[in-house]
Amino acid sequence: MRVSAVFLLFLGLFFGLIGLVYWFWAYEDGGAVMLLGATLLGFLPGGYYFFWYRRFHGHKYFFWGKIPVAGERSSDRVDAEMADGAGNIDAFPGTSIWPFVMGMGAFMTVLALVFGAWLLFIGVPLILTALTGVTAESRRGGNV
Amino acid sequence: MTDVIAPPVETHEPTELHLPPEVPGDGHEPDHGGHEAHGPTGILKWLTSTDHKVIGLSYMITSIVIFYLSGITALILRLQLTSPHSSLLSFGQYNALFTMHGSLMLYLFAGPFAFGGLANYIVPLQIGAPDMAFPRLNALSYWLYLTGSITMLMTIFVAGGAAQFGWVAYAPLSSATSSPGAGPDLWIMALALTGFSAIFTGVNLCGTIFYLRAPGMTMFRMPIFTWNMLVTGILILIAFPVLTAALIMLFADRHFGTHIYTAVGCHLVNGLPMRSCGSPLLWQNLFWFFGHPEVYILALPFFGIVTEVLPVFSKKPVFGYKGMVFATMAIAALSTGVWAHHMFTTGAVLLPFFSFLSLLIAVPTGIKFFNWIGTMWHGQLQFTTPMLFCLGFLFAFLMGGVTGIMLASPPIDFATHDTYFVVAHFHQVLFGTAVFAGFGGVYYWYPKMFGRMLRESLGKWHFWLMFIGFWITFMPQYVVGLLGMPRRVASYPSNLGWQSYNIVSTVGAFIIAASFAFLLVNFVVSWRKPIPAGDNPWDAQTLEWATTSPPPHHNFTHLPPIRSERPTWDYNHPDALTVPHGKGAHNGHANGSGNGSGNGRVKETV
Amino acid sequence: MDSSLTGPPPDTPEIPARSRKSPRRLAAGAVALGALLLTGCQLPTFGAYKGATTQARSTFHLWQGFFIAGIVVGGITLLLILWAVFRYRRRSDEMPVQTQYHTLTEITYTVVPILIVLGLFVATVLVENKVTAVEPDPATSLHVYAFQWGWEFEYPNGVKVIGQTTDAPTMVIPTGQTVRIYLRSYDVLHGFYVPEFNFSRYASPGYWTSFDFNVLHDGVYRGQCTQLCGLYHSLMFFNVRSVSPSAYATWLRVTGAYQRAHPNSIGQLPADLHANQNGTVPSYSGNSGNSGNSGSGNTGNTGGALYGD
Repeated sequence: MRVSAVFLLFLGLFFGLIGLVYWFWAYEDGGAVMLLGATLLGFLPGGYYFFWYRRFHGHKYFFWGKIPVAGERSSDRVDAEMADGAGNIDAFPGTSIWPFVMGMGAFMTVLALVFGAWLLFIGVPLILTALTGVTAESRRGGNV
Repeated sequence: MTDVIAPPVETHEPTELHLPPEVPGDGHEPDHGGHEAHGPTGILKWLTSTDHKVIGLSYMITSIVIFYLSGITALILRLQLTSPHSSLLSFGQYNALFTMHGSLMLYLFAGPFAFGGLANYIVPLQIGAPDMAFPRLNALSYWLYLTGSITMLMTIFVAGGAAQFGWVAYAPLSSATSSPGAGPDLWIMALALTGFSAIFTGVNLCGTIFYLRAPGMTMFRMPIFTWNMLVTGILILIAFPVLTAALIMLFADRHFGTHIYTAVGCHLVNGLPMRSCGSPLLWQNLFWFFGHPEVYILALPFFGIVTEVLPVFSKKPVFGYKGMVFATMAIAALSTGVWAHHMFTTGAVLLPFFSFLSLLIAVPTGIKFFNWIGTMWHGQLQFTTPMLFCLGFLFAFLMGGVTGIMLASPPIDFATHDTYFVVAHFHQVLFGTAVFAGFGGVYYWYPKMFGRMLRESLGKWHFWLMFIGFWITFMPQYVVGLLGMPRRVASYPSNLGWQSYNIVSTVGAFIIAASFAFLLVNFVVSWRKPIPAGDNPWDAQTLEWATTSPPPHHNFTHLPPIRSERPTWDYNHPDALTVPHGKGAHNGHANGSGNGSGNGRVKETV
Repeated sequence: MDSSLTGPPPDTPEIPARSRKSPRRLAAGAVALGALLLTGCQLPTFGAYKGATTQARSTFHLWQGFFIAGIVVGGITLLLILWAVFRYRRRSDEMPVQTQYHTLTEITYTVVPILIVLGLFVATVLVENKVTAVEPDPATSLHVYAFQWGWEFEYPNGVKVIGQTTDAPTMVIPTGQTVRIYLRSYDVLHGFYVPEFNFSRYASPGYWTSFDFNVLHDGVYRGQCTQLCGLYHSLMFFNVRSVSPSAYATWLRVTGAYQRAHPNSIGQLPADLHANQNGTVPSYSGNSGNSGNSGSGNTGNTGGALYGD
């Protein structure tokens, strides 16, 4: 986790530096704003990871002293065994029709901008249906 | 602090990986072991699958079909240029054709093949994950890509025909007055769809790589291909939203009466345009802020493929693993700061800033090159088809990179911008990466994906024809560009001696086309008369070769212990272990502490 | 079990001496490059134009320097690849030494390219400043307008030369003096490109851009549009004709008079152009006010009949 944090924060720092240099040297707004965006892109997830890294590697304090909090995830530990990763890894949804429906809805919606608003009547309902379906599927854990 | 050293690996049985209880998305019992998941079959399986392998294959097949289509457009373009005033195509048709060629290749083949196809398939396997982090989002990415491709191809058939403004769509040429009709609008919509497809894939890649690595697969033990895909994912997140925003504004200019990019009729005060004026420069800045990271999005995955193939067929680990990682990060970081080197000739950009950063990108690229050479150095090189293709990449990209350095210098760029010199340069780098290294990846991973081998003989025919054709096609273009032939021209003067170079170039293009016939034949033969591949036909090093070919549902039933960046190699060659960040283990020494996983030095660096 | 990982196992072979020669080879190459650059004009052109303006000459020398640097660095890398490919072909099933890194080599091939890049950058900046420099008081200046699909040249005394597609207009300029070009477009982006001047610049609507030429010899130099501008982009030709300053002055005077006498001889701009730019035109050096839309007559395309030489 520390690697991820450092990597992203470094990117944010680099873009920030380049952005500052560019802003003061080139007086050009567009590029400066885009570099600002890239800076934020580095700092936001990087800060998140850094925060969690500190939490994982910190201490829990009691009146009688402190104890270290549980360390790295098994995927970040150099000596981890496969057995450490046993158990539920994550939820991986199986087959699902909703991405296809959503894709078709997006397609129709986008074509509506070119061929006429009537396509919205096809596209928007498809998107809404897909959103509903995906949400219900996630909550119920099954085909809807 | 005592050193924590793992027990030796040699006698270690692979630990059973307990798969998660199946989220009953298909309403069936959880799997145990490597049984095929039962579910919908046929077309319904394709429509509903969220398995990264199925999605990755769909991406790859779709993008290779588009590659062949775009190759046909290239052949027609080259035919037009064999004579100075050819009547094969009208000017409008020619302009539409090179627009399609560039758009299909760059937006719909090279990128999606790399990050949608290969990365989707390979990255979870390489880090020991059961799937990508967001499987349904992954599927959505594919459908957006497919519909985006259909939209782009639709532009040929609408009234007014396809867009004619080049793959870069410079304003004001792309405005409603200069490019009317539905073709350009559909082009914009196609890019909006594929843009979102790419953004979602970028999110998926970063999420998967940060979160779903197997136990022991620390960041600095990931294969370089996965590292490159992580960096590519971040570049996607930086670049594509800018493109989407720029396209929305272009659409607004075309249809909602805004003047974001158009400046005609503007009021000037003291030589400066008023705030209410649009600026063609703004389109260029926005587009190239996307466009330059885009070409590195296109290049980095293929660099990763080369870094996978070279060690396997040199029987050595990657030379300078950490250097590779840092070089990749440096390339990505620098590539975000160089966009205006495509705008040197506007006279309106800060030349030294962009030329310095552009020249500087040569340094990490050079580091990667020397590391690739170092990987081969003192190895036992086997020239299988994937290895040949990656060597072809090395030659092509070397020269393409050198000409890129020349173009990074504004005065030289003034002389060569928008000439065939630039066309030759970017074809060398893009062809070298997307085609040489990309098809090298196809030959390398085909056995893993389909469980059968491609024929070496046909593969070698493919390579040599393509390699020879490649140089014949693009070397004359450098010369004729230096002589002054501009790009995007449907005809050229007949008294300047340019025709002979163009003829040679066209001959080369047809040789390249012929080479691709061998690939198709190879696919067909491998299906009709399969040679079983087994788990690890190449004696390869990374984790995807530890599972069956093709991998079972949720990828792994057994995983070897992960103590270095070459877990499969370590498992198969306990006498030639990879020492984490140590000097090379000597041949024949059972260096028991070679898998020293928890010693103090390693802990510092991870 | 050996638990000390502070050094390599006892009989790890040394990295072969061959790879240590690379930094020495590069240094030798750099010295050779410098020597070659000092000899200057005896080098081959490497395919580029020597250049017909002083700015173009600077660009040309920079090109030669970059080309040599490219040959040296690319050549060394190519030789290394070829060496590896031929020398390290599989000869047996012996497991090669599993070298994973060598810090000194890696640092070398990081630092040396940085130094090369710095050198290239310094050379670039020096030439770039020369090429983009605009003198405070050029001898003459003119306005160049690009449009779909032709060029318009406007001179200080009101002479206009307009031509479309294959009826290429000719820009007459004096040799040996600083000529200032103010460039702009009426509609979309175009590229003002003269190959033998080793120079191109975008003509854009919405802003003026300017640059200087100091032509070295009399002659006719072809030019063409390089930035995709629509249907007849391939046909947007023009010429630059450089004559002696006295011939230029004569031509300007005579053509001005001719155009005032024969207003219909000036070529026409396309009817749907936004000719009224609604803004301030940079003033000509030595003249007050702006060009206006006075004058008439198109004599530029008829070639040399009116030139004093």
